[in-house]
Amino acid sequence: MKNTLTKSVAVLLFVGLALVPVLGTRAMVQDLFMVLTLLILALNWNMLAGFAGLVSVGQQAFVGIGAYAMFAAVILWGLDPLVGIAIGGVAAIVLAVPIAFFTFRLNGAYFAIGTWVAAEIVRLSLAQWKALGGGTGTSLPKGTTKDMFGVDLIKDALDMSSSAASDALTYWLALLLAAVTLVSGYVFLRSRMGLGLQAIRDNAEAARSVGVDPIRLKAAVYLLTAFGTGLCGALLFIQITRVTPDAAFDVVDWTAFVIFITVIGGIGTLPGPVVGVIVFYALQRTLADYGTIYLIVLGLIGIAIMLFARKGLWGIFTAKTGIELLLLRHRAPKRS
Amino acid sequence: MIWVDTIVQGVLLGGLYALFAAGLSLVFGIMRLVNLAHGDLIVLAAFVILTMAGALGLHPFVAVLIAAPVMFAVGWLLQTYVLNRVLGDDILPPLLVTFGLSVVIQNGLLEGFSADSQKLSAGPIEAASIKLGPIAVGVMPLLTLVSAIVVIFALNQLFYRTKLGRAFRATSDDAVTAGLMGIRPRNVFAIATGIAMVVATIAALYLGIRANFDPTIGPARLIYAFQAVIIGGLGSLWGTLAGGIVIGVAQGLGAAINPEWQILAGHIAFVLVLLIRPRGLFPRAND
Repeated sequence: MKNTLTKSVAVLLFVGLALVPVLGTRAMVQDLFMVLTLLILALNWNMLAGFAGLVSVGQQAFVGIGAYAMFAAVILWGLDPLVGIAIGGVAAIVLAVPIAFFTFRLNGAYFAIGTWVAAEIVRLSLAQWKALGGGTGTSLPKGTTKDMFGVDLIKDALDMSSSAASDALTYWLALLLAAVTLVSGYVFLRSRMGLGLQAIRDNAEAARSVGVDPIRLKAAVYLLTAFGTGLCGALLFIQITRVTPDAAFDVVDWTAFVIFITVIGGIGTLPGPVVGVIVFYALQRTLADYGTIYLIVLGLIGIAIMLFARKGLWGIFTAKTGIELLLLRHRAPKRS
Repeated sequence: MIWVDTIVQGVLLGGLYALFAAGLSLVFGIMRLVNLAHGDLIVLAAFVILTMAGALGLHPFVAVLIAAPVMFAVGWLLQTYVLNRVLGDDILPPLLVTFGLSVVIQNGLLEGFSADSQKLSAGPIEAASIKLGPIAVGVMPLLTLVSAIVVIFALNQLFYRTKLGRAFRATSDDAVTAGLMGIRPRNVFAIATGIAMVVATIAALYLGIRANFDPTIGPARLIYAFQAVIIGGLGSLWGTLAGGIVIGVAQGLGAAINPEWQILAGHIAFVLVLLIRPRGLFPRAND
């Protein structure tokens, strides 16, 4: 009963968000697009750090490679940006293989540094790619986003300008990707593999003794989250329309914010990133005029959460009210 | 001949990286704490020296004598009131807390000192050089390398010859048993972080005299420092020096081929060393 209620609320929320481009203003669409993309990144990072114990500080590698692959697809090979997004995801997963090969040799905390160095190597290497502007970057050709597949259709159906239609399209893609990431995360964690993953997190030795292979599972999660992060990176830079190595591989934008969102919301819980991204957005709106103060506040909240409430705001909420959403526990089968 | 020169300059640069890394290596060796704010703490120390030198009209080499105890106190307080609370089996909390700290320090400095580049002015010694056979070596870079060697020698003496060092090693090996023998691990940790911050202040002195700095350069220094520590092998201070030199020489050689490749060459050297020796060159600890 409770489960059906949760499901109907979630579906209503999804439909409500999907209607924003039709009913809301363009500024709302653009704001929510950024929120959704941050949510996608946070969901992926939460899966890595919160569930697989892989604390990566190098997720900007996959955002950046996704963005660059999409730009290459559009500029060098003349493909549609939507195809470019898919290529971005694939490029990220391909890049994740050698990075995993290297970083998985490093223990615990040194894994974090390894991923960061790997991201730097990719950034510095792509800055050598002269066809895409080298260190100064390049822009999407004028009108690319307006010629995207589907933009004309939306433009005619909703009677809006073609730039508003392209905003709407990228927004819907972000919403879809966020929903798919959340649902597949839930399904994955409830599955046999997901149970294994949580077993490793809780007690690695015991998990191995019942036949769970930690390296294989963690590698699978690493590759899958790289894919999601790469897709998100490509999508982000369709909206931004200009790519430079420094912006595409920005550790603050694509990793630090994402870490704070997850930590504040509740790392290792599925609703955590959703709560975190709402808090993050609210903070950003209220403190936007104060520049760096906003980052200081964010850092201090993150530290306070780690010191006093490790499961974040969602953890506090669950402990106080007893309400749990997207429960990952399995109920014991009833005895007959 | 130009190659010899490049390598010598790389070794000297490695001295600076070893100084960045020595404090990090010490802290990791004793409490397995990976401090992601170390780079920003070095930059903070550089600003403390700058402020002291400016306010009191002191030479940076004198100002560092006042900055060092200040930074020791910063390290001690940080460890006692923040970091000690998150040490444990789970590596996530210390990583995230120091990551938060890095963002706070960086933006706090931006707020206080703006994004302008600063420099510590050491006078004519900056431009002085001496001839070593066919190549000329800057006095400052040479002094940096010598300081790195002295610092690491001193830390090793402290570690293996004093009572405090014995407490460090005992806590590093087994904090619980050390506690039973009357050592308070938390106090030991606080002193260790304080010492690491003193070393960071020395690193900051040379960083600030060598080149311009601003509040945002911390993370890049942190990467070099970590590379030096990991290449050297965990828990080995001389290994950290070797690691710093490997990075310095790789960067020098990279820059000699193409200036754009300087940083990239250092990163690639790091990856190559770890592919061949995953635990670094001279690992002491077993993890």
